[in-house]
Amino acid sequence: MSEAMRAAPTKPNRGYGRWTPLWFLAPAVLTLFLIGIYPTIFALVTSFRRYNITRPREGFPFVGFENYVSVLTDSTFWSSLLLTAKFYVTVLPIQVVLGLIIALLLHKPGMGLLKSLARVTLVVPLATTYAVVGLIGRLIFNRDFGVANQFLSFAGFGPVDWLSTPGGAFAAIVIMDVWQWTPFCALIFLAGLSMVPGEIEEAARLETSSKLALLRHVQLPYLLPGLTAVMILRSADVLKLFDMVFVMTRGGPGSATDLISIYIQRVGFRIFDLGTASAQAILLLIITIVISRLYIRLLYREVQ
Amino acid sequence: MRGKILHAIGLTAIVVFTLFPFVWMVMASFKTQSDILASPPVWFFTPTLQNYVDIFADTKVSGAIVNSLIVATLSTLLSVVLGTPAAFALARYDFRGKSDLWFWFISNRMTSPIVLALPVYLLAMYANLLDTHLVLILIYLTFNIPIVVWIVTDQFKSIPPDLEQAARLDGADQFTIFRKIYLPLGAPGIAVSAIFSFIFSWNELLYALVLTRRNVQTAPVVATSFMSGYELPWGKIMATGTVIVLPVTIFALIVSRHMVRGLTMGATK
Repeated sequence: MSEAMRAAPTKPNRGYGRWTPLWFLAPAVLTLFLIGIYPTIFALVTSFRRYNITRPREGFPFVGFENYVSVLTDSTFWSSLLLTAKFYVTVLPIQVVLGLIIALLLHKPGMGLLKSLARVTLVVPLATTYAVVGLIGRLIFNRDFGVANQFLSFAGFGPVDWLSTPGGAFAAIVIMDVWQWTPFCALIFLAGLSMVPGEIEEAARLETSSKLALLRHVQLPYLLPGLTAVMILRSADVLKLFDMVFVMTRGGPGSATDLISIYIQRVGFRIFDLGTASAQAILLLIITIVISRLYIRLLYREVQ
Repeated sequence: MRGKILHAIGLTAIVVFTLFPFVWMVMASFKTQSDILASPPVWFFTPTLQNYVDIFADTKVSGAIVNSLIVATLSTLLSVVLGTPAAFALARYDFRGKSDLWFWFISNRMTSPIVLALPVYLLAMYANLLDTHLVLILIYLTFNIPIVVWIVTDQFKSIPPDLEQAARLDGADQFTIFRKIYLPLGAPGIAVSAIFSFIFSWNELLYALVLTRRNVQTAPVVATSFMSGYELPWGKIMATGTVIVLPVTIFALIVSRHMVRGLTMGATK
């Protein structure tokens, strides 16, 4: 290869001018600015105002950090964040363990047809409209005619009043979330497992008959990036989680399933206290930005 | 032999686990109200099409499905038109702020819709845009443009640069290269990203709930609205649910190989 060709990508004659990228980027960036950034700035401004649209006579005066102070001293806000964290640490281990088991079953050689079928069906929960997952949950966990209680009775347990007791409602949304998102973990782990070079895996299989040793020493390194992705993306998803829980429980009974997005929605659109709700949303956005930074830092190294 | 049986049982368990809630909904959509309310639940019953007849006669449901179609289709088209040139720039050029741009696109995947729903509600109220298709089409671009950009960027990067060199020697400018080389060769990625946009728009509830009233209610909003009052029409609810989920499930099966890429923004391949 000649010297000139090797240096080609960095040579000034790239076939385009300095501003060419801008023309291609401008439509998308301007649109996103208008519908994403501008409203965010508007929310930021609103968060410094008293803004209750059911009382327009009082106007929307600037009140400094009053909304932030009231949010940060509001025990409901904190308990809702805490509940969201509790939900995350409950669903994540279940989804990771089940997802790994599923991925290993799908990675294991043999059973071609059944395996392809199982692989394809994993997509179904992921595509199911989140609100419809909530509707299905209402049907399955109904106290009187729900099939969940029928399964319990097969196992010799009495009926549970799922959706009107705090523990039952929390368990019900956990189960539906596990149903919907375990396939996501499974597919990511499966992708990780298929990255293990075939020769290495076969050699290891000959050397040891222990599946656990194989998993720990050979496959684990290939699973870790996927695990990081799952942990970060699921945390963002749980902070976003609204549709399914809203349909199933509306955050109730009491505040048993009042996850953060549900709570902010209620403050904004039931109480119409948009100043406070905006302050809460901005705080949520800050948490999200930290999480996204983490995601980029850990998984997009090559782009940087 | 024992291993094989266990493997088969495990795989069957996966199929049952992933399909059961879905199948249970479809079954309920073919049940009469009294079969649905039977306690304990019945597994074998005489199917009826009455629920489907009812929902398609109900202009509220059919209108909502039309609304969903309009919003999802137009938002998808717009995001492809706006997103593919951006993907071309990200795939082919180096420029300052590129990684910041990536970061911004990816943050959109992470952000809770409630963050934007509050200000957009107020802005749409002042602009008299509440309860219009337009406001939903535009707000759905916040997650559709990023998905188009990152899937199509990936696809564009895989197109060999030699093709471009040849075209450049023939005097083609960048726009011609984009149109004549990248768009046709990137078509599979563009199609996949369009399907994802459609699925996400079709499934969206929070924005639709907040930004629409009577006229532009989408299918998930209407399905949810059945859930109030006494004596819920379970059969109709489940039939509506089935009608909503079926098209996106078919789409998702088409792009099933790309599902992980679509949901992780390409961090794991």
